[in-house]
Amino acid sequence: MTDEPKLNPFRTLERLAPASEDALENKSEEQVIREELERGILFTTVDSVVNWARANAIWPLGFGLACCAIEMMAIAGPRFDISRFGAEVFRGSPRQADLMIVAGRVSVKMAPVLRQLYDQMPDPKWVISMGACASCGGMFNNYAILQGVDKIVPVDVYVPGCPPRPEGLIHGIMKLQEKILASRVELGPVPRKKKGAA
Amino acid sequence: MTAPSPERILELLGQRFPGTAFRRQTGEAVRDFTLYVPAEKLVEVATYVRDEPELDFKLLSWISGLDWLPRDPRFEVVYGLLSISNNARLTLKVAVGEENPRVPTVTGVWRTADWHERETWDFYGIEFTGHPDLRRILLPDDWVGWPLRKDAPLGYEEVAFTHNTPGRKKPSPSLTRLKPKKVKYRAQ
Amino acid sequence: MRSETMTLNMGPQHPSTHGVLRVALELDGETVVKCKPIVGYLHTGMEKQAEYKTYTQSIPQTDRMDYLAPLSNNLALCLSAEKLLGITVPARVQAIRVLLTELSRISAHCVWLGTHAIDIGAMTVFWYCFREREKVLSIYDQVSGARMTASYFRVGGLAMDIPEGLLDRCQKFVDEMPAHVDEYEKLLSKNPIWLARTRGVARLAQRDAIALGATGPMLRGSGVPWDLRKAQPYSGYESYDFEVPVGANGDAYDRYQVRVQEMRQSTRIAAQAVQRIRELGEQGEYRLRDFKYVLPPKEEVKTSMEALIHHFKIVAHGFFPPAGEAYQAIEAPKGELGFYFVSDGTPRPWRMKVRSPSFVNLQCLPTMVEGELVADVIAAIGSIDIVLGEVDR
Repeated sequence: MTDEPKLNPFRTLERLAPASEDALENKSEEQVIREELERGILFTTVDSVVNWARANAIWPLGFGLACCAIEMMAIAGPRFDISRFGAEVFRGSPRQADLMIVAGRVSVKMAPVLRQLYDQMPDPKWVISMGACASCGGMFNNYAILQGVDKIVPVDVYVPGCPPRPEGLIHGIMKLQEKILASRVELGPVPRKKKGAA
Repeated sequence: MTAPSPERILELLGQRFPGTAFRRQTGEAVRDFTLYVPAEKLVEVATYVRDEPELDFKLLSWISGLDWLPRDPRFEVVYGLLSISNNARLTLKVAVGEENPRVPTVTGVWRTADWHERETWDFYGIEFTGHPDLRRILLPDDWVGWPLRKDAPLGYEEVAFTHNTPGRKKPSPSLTRLKPKKVKYRAQ
Repeated sequence: MRSETMTLNMGPQHPSTHGVLRVALELDGETVVKCKPIVGYLHTGMEKQAEYKTYTQSIPQTDRMDYLAPLSNNLALCLSAEKLLGITVPARVQAIRVLLTELSRISAHCVWLGTHAIDIGAMTVFWYCFREREKVLSIYDQVSGARMTASYFRVGGLAMDIPEGLLDRCQKFVDEMPAHVDEYEKLLSKNPIWLARTRGVARLAQRDAIALGATGPMLRGSGVPWDLRKAQPYSGYESYDFEVPVGANGDAYDRYQVRVQEMRQSTRIAAQAVQRIRELGEQGEYRLRDFKYVLPPKEEVKTSMEALIHHFKIVAHGFFPPAGEAYQAIEAPKGELGFYFVSDGTPRPWRMKVRSPSFVNLQCLPTMVEGELVADVIAAIGSIDIVLGEVDR
């Protein structure tokens, strides 16, 4: 098996018994894969396929707080289309969402609400801190604004900007997709053998 | 209807409230006509300027608090009025002392004063006697203190840079080896 | 049969509250008995922070107040500070300010219409409105570098001169916009669902509007022909030819009509402003030449000693306004936006008070909604056109 990156995460680990005896002789790997696919059988890892599904269908929670929310609405708009990435469906309820994009400044009054919403989201969940105010307090370093949303929730991706351009936020979402694809899937209480560095 | 001139306003007020002294605020750059009103006469004056047809200040535009620490009286409550029919603006000020700052409410005169007075209470701690529901509006309900007073701190938090965090924990070397898997999309 | 009322919390996180607004509703079935808006979830301490910054340093803060029309807020601060200083900017600067402010009015109304429609259920309008808004945002991008929070105006002028090609772009936008507004009207104005959901809904009587301090389209929708651009003009508005739409009934449909017609009138004003800037020179003076308060041009800073000293003083310390007070209000897209500055002679204001229209207009919500059905609360909140950044500051 070569190590070059493949176009899709589904790769064959081993071949089944070939259809005919001389079938293997002058066929390339790709032809063999094609034949296997035609027979309707694929081999992959649980990590790959589950992460691929999770990364390409992230459902954000509609959590726009301030000005960054307008840029977040702009990525849902026609010019910077986020439904290309599978994330068009902004859910209203945290119970149905898996990504919380904290878009805007988090005031001290809003912080417990944010934590409660984060707790209500089911696993697996991710948080993107969008903009300077959510990442570090931004231009408002005073009594009323939380200096960074990572004081109350764990953040996966920080997107800087005030507000970040929609392309910037989409880049952040793509980085999150990379992170999801590189993560391991928790399969519950079944113990997993550690195989060295991931 | 034309806007009443400052002299006309003073004249009308002097006729209606003969015993009260309305001091006009003077200063090099006081750009709007501003009158000081004693606190105990505030509601009557407010009702008069709202109802008198020549003045007709029916719209209360804004109420603000002012903290003149260390001057005495420490606080001032500023009322910005607007007359739509006469196209005129008027600013009234009430001076309030530091201990037990109280001003009668004008919610009976202009209904909009409700939230403005709550905001002034929230920021300065000036109590508006007779207000139907005086509680905090912009800050959390359990906040202690009056943030816009001059002796209240800004709440500035020192930003952590490398030059002021000498004892920081550097990230562990194993983290640098964690690279996300390079994803190639179909377009490539 | 006795029944109790139910308390329903439209929480700070809600798809239709346009930000972090919390409304506590007491319902008897579907009828609203009591409604109490609770604000403060976006309180940013801007007024306190302004006491620690110079006037110019507070300009970016104002962008974040009404973040749908940021240049409008910049204009209000600059005009108020200029009133305090007693200076007036040259005519070309006024024309540029009017052009960009009217474009921000159009973009703010576009977002309002898009979000209001999507709350009521008309999704297509959202995509169309955001398409127009992208054009205005790319104009802001060209002029200042930032899409939304431009901070382009300064006390005494502009941050820098307008770039080449801006006027052509604005001209193109202004030529195309009336057709787009026709599109929105074609989708909504005679649509039976829209009419059923907004006609007669969330009524605000004229007397109540004035008593509650409502300004802007809320007041004009209720029949009061009050517009600061006509009544107390600023920045050269008296020389532009435009009309002010006024509603009759004070319901959500009238406010919708007022705002859509305002979009048309704004396009008209913007076209006249582009013409005027072309007459006054596509490149020219963009700041007042009063170096005591305004930065001198960079070319003079390199050659003249006085200009260098003034530049240093203004940048390092800030300009020193006279001790006094000033209040200047403009007609922002949401209503009367005013800044009250109290100065004690130092470069930092002693007090900056923002009279934000959404804060005052939101007070009208209980009056409009009590006794109506709960679905009308959404239409009411949408038709007030609040922006929480402005409500909470």
